[in-house]
Amino acid sequence: MSNTTSSSSELFGYVAEFSSATDLYHAAEKVRDAGFRRWDVHTPYPIHGMDHAMGLGKSWLSAIVLVGGITGSSVALFLQFFTQVSLYPTVVQDKPINVFTLPAFFPVTFELTILLAAFATLFGLLSIIMLPRWNHPLFNSSLFSKFSNDGFLMVIESRDPKFKREKTKELLEEIGAGKIEEVNY
Amino acid sequence: MADTNTANTAVHPTEAEGVVREPLVLNNRSLGWITERICGIVENRQPFIWWVLFVPSVLLFLCLVFSLVYLVSTGVGVWGMNHPVAWGWDIVNFVFWIGIGHAGTLISAILFLTRQKWRTSVNRASEAMTLIAVMCAGIFPGFHVGRFWMVWFLAPVPNSNAIWQNFKSPLLWDVFAVSTYFIVSVIFWYIGLIPDLATLRDRGKGIAKKLYGFFALGWRGGNRQWHHYEMAYLILAALSTPLVLSVHSVVSFDFATSVVPGWHTTIFPPYFVAGAIFGGFAMVLTLMLPIRKLYGLEDLITGKHVDNMAKIILLTGTIVGYAYIMELFISYYAANKFEGDAFHMRILSGPYTWAYYCMFFCNVIAPQVFWFHWARHNLWMVFIIVNFVNFGMWFERFVIIPTSLARDFLPGQWGYYSASWVEKLMFAGSFGMFFMLFLIFIRFLPIIAVSEVKGVLPESDPHYHDWKRLREKRRGAGK
Repeated sequence: MSNTTSSSSELFGYVAEFSSATDLYHAAEKVRDAGFRRWDVHTPYPIHGMDHAMGLGKSWLSAIVLVGGITGSSVALFLQFFTQVSLYPTVVQDKPINVFTLPAFFPVTFELTILLAAFATLFGLLSIIMLPRWNHPLFNSSLFSKFSNDGFLMVIESRDPKFKREKTKELLEEIGAGKIEEVNY
Repeated sequence: MADTNTANTAVHPTEAEGVVREPLVLNNRSLGWITERICGIVENRQPFIWWVLFVPSVLLFLCLVFSLVYLVSTGVGVWGMNHPVAWGWDIVNFVFWIGIGHAGTLISAILFLTRQKWRTSVNRASEAMTLIAVMCAGIFPGFHVGRFWMVWFLAPVPNSNAIWQNFKSPLLWDVFAVSTYFIVSVIFWYIGLIPDLATLRDRGKGIAKKLYGFFALGWRGGNRQWHHYEMAYLILAALSTPLVLSVHSVVSFDFATSVVPGWHTTIFPPYFVAGAIFGGFAMVLTLMLPIRKLYGLEDLITGKHVDNMAKIILLTGTIVGYAYIMELFISYYAANKFEGDAFHMRILSGPYTWAYYCMFFCNVIAPQVFWFHWARHNLWMVFIIVNFVNFGMWFERFVIIPTSLARDFLPGQWGYYSASWVEKLMFAGSFGMFFMLFLIFIRFLPIIAVSEVKGVLPESDPHYHDWKRLREKRRGAGK
């Protein structure tokens, strides 16, 4: 994509490259303090402490997983009690056919709890981070593809209320960005 | 964060207080080198030896297909089993493979929760090994039911007479445990793969780029994604930890909740779990030692990794040895006639004592060599010992399963069980399937978790360059 013909309505944002994890970390602290909202850092691996540097709170994925786990236990208990106690009581191994048969139901309850919690983790994660999304403006940038190898990149989107075409670029240069690339939609 | 005064004494955590930790990646390799080396395995042509291994594996796998077709078209009578030994090599092989399938999740989950960073170099391959081993395991009970087309009776749906499964049976618990384990391991493995698939996507061209891109789901590596990704990984590790311990416990319930002397013991769950980790690590090393040599990964899978895994084998092997001896002691101490006779026949007078001593030597005596530093660092020695363990763990299951059944309560029906050629071919064929799938995995997917290994490099620490600058300043001040 060429950058020269872009008008500001087409601009997605800036991709800026930093030389190391340390530089990116300190740059993120400054962008956070400048009050930006629609920005992110793209790195080959999760940088320890970056959540703090970006001002992100704790991930709430765990809440989704809890719901998944509780659903799993309930489904398992219902499935077993309904079929073994109420629908068609099977008397085997001299085990009771009432509520006291609970210990024999423990393994399946445990497994289904784990199973549904794991599904909740997978699908919860994908919904929160909004994947799959195979098409994204950032994939137009040649600089951006470095993130999966050894690039430490910062992206500030033009949708951010604080975004100003010239000023934001100056800010990026000021906090130590090397290469800066404009990305269009 | 450390303020300047305290940081003066410790330039970098690895150098703090004079403790220098062995680096996890040798020769100061860069991020780019790691990407290049690991993705190169997938992108370049495979070495000739890959084909040398792959072709026989496929042929062996076809033997498995043949023996299964023969089994289904003729009937389970082609196996050497008869009353009272109704569980023979099929169940032995099932427990053997499912045991091997424990190391992967142990490495990815338990070692993650305990912050063992060395796991990053070996977790991907061992998780793949886990999935493949569980697939191999699944074949045996599936065909053991006799009429394979009735295997859907195991699923929680009522059969044609509207009768539901018996949820009080350990065999059904086993169905749930193994299938849950497989699915959760696939999820864990896949989530770990997403960033690496993105790396392959960004390097690839043409159809490869499209395919890897499809499975990478459009991963962009933003910290707003990593933030939730890391939570997901942590949660999956926390879910998998009790799961991996439960699977082999549930497998052991198949035996422990029955009344057969030799099976009916409360020590089985921990004993089986320790044995599974033991056998699983042995198989991980069996695969990783040739791979690191073949693909030049010595800087990533270092002597430290081999050393750590050898220590785990030593620990779990000793736990297994303790369980063997404790079983004997309890059968003596409990003074139960049937139990006592079962173990007497197992170790002294029975027809299978050879198998017991074979197992005992391979699993308990052989790994004791790992007490010595030189043995853990001599790769040939490690390779030989882990193969003793692979061999011994198969014998452990053989000793437990058919030999207990061959001598049950009625002496009138005692017999000697030996496997038929179909069972032997099936077992050999399952190895063919295992190696075939593993070689396909090596060919198409990154065998080391690229993004995770990058994260354990010293310069990946966001304060690394701060410390470095500080050290330079301090040196300058000292002059």
